[in-house]
Amino acid sequence: MKPATFEYHAPTSAEEAVGLLADLDDAKALAGGQSLVPMLALRLAVFENLVDLRRVDELRGIETRDGSVWIGAGTTQATIGRSESIGLNVPLLARATPLIGHLQIRSRGTIGGSIAHADASAEYPAVALALDVELDALSPRGRRTIPAAEFFTGTWSTELEEDELLTGITFPVWQGRAGFAVEEFARRHGDFAMAGACVAVGVGADGRIDRCAISLFGLGPCARRATEVETELIGTSPADSDADEIGRTAMAGLDSVPTDLHGSASYRKRVGAAMVARAWRRALQEAVGD
Amino acid sequence: MTDVDIQVRVNGIARRASVPPRLILADFLRVNCGLTGTHLGCEHGVCGACSVLLDGEAVRACLIFAVQADGAEITTVEGLAEPDGELSVVQAAFRDHHGLQCGFCTPGFVVSVTAFLEENPKPTDDEIRDALSGNLCRCTGYQGIINAVRAAAEALAESGGSASRDATAKETE
Ligand SMILES: Cc1cc2nc3c(=O)[nH]c(=O)nc-3n(C[C@H](O)[C@H](O)[C@H](O)COP(=O)(O)OP(=O)(O)OC[C@H]3O[C@@H](n4cnc5c(N)ncnc54)[C@H](O)[C@@H]3O)c2cc1C
Ligand code: FES
Ligand code: FES
Repeated sequence: MKPATFEYHAPTSAEEAVGLLADLDDAKALAGGQSLVPMLALRLAVFENLVDLRRVDELRGIETRDGSVWIGAGTTQATIGRSESIGLNVPLLARATPLIGHLQIRSRGTIGGSIAHADASAEYPAVALALDVELDALSPRGRRTIPAAEFFTGTWSTELEEDELLTGITFPVWQGRAGFAVEEFARRHGDFAMAGACVAVGVGADGRIDRCAISLFGLGPCARRATEVETELIGTSPADSDADEIGRTAMAGLDSVPTDLHGSASYRKRVGAAMVARAWRRALQEAVGD
Repeated sequence: MTDVDIQVRVNGIARRASVPPRLILADFLRVNCGLTGTHLGCEHGVCGACSVLLDGEAVRACLIFAVQADGAEITTVEGLAEPDGELSVVQAAFRDHHGLQCGFCTPGFVVSVTAFLEENPKPTDDEIRDALSGNLCRCTGYQGIINAVRAAAEALAESGGSASRDATAKETE
């Protein structure tokens, strides 16, 4: 299969790249190509111009800053998986990484591509949402920072404008007693998940839950937070929490859960509830454990 | 559609070409370089038959345009054996442990396993299965392949060698 013809551009700076995206007709950014190229090959998408980001060095890198970790949008999933500082400072991201596709996909796929592509079943958007990351964007109109809560707007759609690039993602480092877990169910290892959940939970000096984030993927048009359950859990004692109940509550009121060949909406919700429960148990155990 | 000049090293040999942007790396290797060991199955990233090493990392050659490989070092299955034809440790293990039948998927497997053992020389069985998840085989039932990977890891540990010839060369330089 080959994609329809296109013109190829390989700028060396992010400024130049957004200039091309703005000036050229029907232009799209190309990062690792692990989502875009299959879509082009199957002709689900056709673009006149592709702007390859591979020579834009400023988009790559992992930097530990004061209380946070910055990751360039062009950093590959494989690089993230190998990073000790991410394993240490952003464990949820490190744990989600091996769940993405296969090693041959992760060696090319980028974090910026995963987040900008915003697949409903993808792991990284759910991690970004759970950890309340900040997303740096650049367009010919300048730079802006978009909070994760405002970034994902629907099926394969985000807050980014057509001529806007994601340049980097800032992950806050959770201090104190905290635990993190991601759980998903896929028909085969490496497939996109049918349903999955991320949990980040913090326990305060008084032994009560003082921070809590639960995000869901594969259970709607894009990743989403289970805000109501989170609010209920704040201030409670870990010993009182009922993981199965939390799973069920997280599914209550979810609308537009997909139904397809692989499972009905009600089946997905049952799987989703089980994933939340598993992730909750593991994350909480880690938080209270030491 | 304007052709783009690229320069790559394929199995150690420098090549220059002017290619249309939509030419995928797998077709560049098979047609322009005559290296038909890289197979194309699904052509959209799912089966792994097209796996090659790009700067030492296993990648899908059907999901990369040749233009994106400009400046890179590529190793295909043809580049794994010794120049005299002696099979690499991974290749020999696949032969010895019935890791192949029709052989269509085999180049993708041996290339991927070469990269995998380079990064994780002492894998557990779970890690082996995990690493193989990106390659599909319709013949073997996978058991022979898993045995081959385990045997290759053991052979490499015993000889203190490296799964890829390039890496060995680099170490001794
Ligand atoms: C067989 C297979 C299995 C997979 N399994 C999974 C899985 O289990 N989980 C998962 O999450 N993903 C999976 N993927 C997708 C993979 O993770 C992709 O790499 C990822 O979704 C996109 O990243 P990319 O760098 O390849 O982006 P590309 O494919 O190059 O681009 C994807 C989209 O993002 C846009 N984009 C890229 N970078 C930027 C940027 N910096 N700013 C603005 N827009 C940008 C592009 O314009 C395009 O629209 C799988 C892919 C394959 C082929
Ligand atoms: S041909 Fe490339 S993955 Fe199937
Ligand atoms: S040996 Fe025939 S597909 Fe694997």
